[in-house]
Amino acid sequence: MLTIYGKTLSSRLFLGTAQYPSPAILADAARASNPAMLTVSLRREMAGGQTGSGFWDVVRELGIDLLPNTAGCHSAKEAITTAQMARELFGTDWIKLEVIGHHDMLQPDVFGLVEAARALSAEGFKVFPYTTTDIGVAERLLEAGCEVLMPWCAPIGSARGPQDVQALKSMRGYFPDVPLVVDAGLGRPSHAMTVLEHGYDAVLLNTAVAGADDPVGMARAFALAVDAGRLAFESGMLEPRDMAVPSTPTFGMAEFS
Amino acid sequence: MKLIINGCEAQVSATRLDALIRELDHQDQWVATAVNGTMVPRDRRDAHALKEGDRVEILSPMQGG
Repeated sequence: MLTIYGKTLSSRLFLGTAQYPSPAILADAARASNPAMLTVSLRREMAGGQTGSGFWDVVRELGIDLLPNTAGCHSAKEAITTAQMARELFGTDWIKLEVIGHHDMLQPDVFGLVEAARALSAEGFKVFPYTTTDIGVAERLLEAGCEVLMPWCAPIGSARGPQDVQALKSMRGYFPDVPLVVDAGLGRPSHAMTVLEHGYDAVLLNTAVAGADDPVGMARAFALAVDAGRLAFESGMLEPRDMAVPSTPTFGMAEFS
Repeated sequence: MKLIINGCEAQVSATRLDALIRELDHQDQWVATAVNGTMVPRDRRDAHALKEGDRVEILSPMQGG
């Protein structure tokens, strides 16, 4: 079982709630995959209390733990204020901390990220930082109070899958006792399975499910892939070999010539 | 008075933040508020006086990844 900030999670899948064809399909996708958490955001209320109300009613009915994010924030100050507002609105001190450094690539601003992580940890937040695979940044996030790290494997929404498996493996190896969640860039269930096989504790994804032809089926596929990847990691996989090794016993073979 | 609410200029009669939320027909429980970049908690909205030109952010739950 995976435990983060003292809470044992029911699943190794975190699911985003954006971009689904309808709130009903989001709800069906969540039920099909049973994620540990659903990520949500805060946005400007424009319609007399009706903005996103259908979505919010559906999410509350699901009864799944929520992980609010600070998506779209481009400075530590913005992210800190957004986190404070999220804590009140959603009733949780868990926060997916995003401080975006570049409009087009949506790369983390790691300087603002560390600054915001330190401030929010001091305020009692349980920070889930959206970061890179940079080991130095990771160390500073841990020093700032984070007890989990969420490196990207490719740009948000790109569906490219792991772009630098070696970097992910290095991070896993360097922080054997820190929960690691791949957040952003996953496109296919095989991508999720790959990072779980490498010992990552969980994945966080959104577009790969919401953008599929059948989001409900894809949510289920990702849930199965995550379970399979974890089971493979725990079961001890073979390392690749350069030469063939016969699987059928060679002892006792007949001689015909 | 004139305020900037969620980035748009608006003429309102409310003089306190809690009254503004009601005037705009928002559900108090499901919005979070900030004035001039600083969060104002729900239980302090009644004590928060607004002044001309204040920038008010009113946020609600939304889809997110």
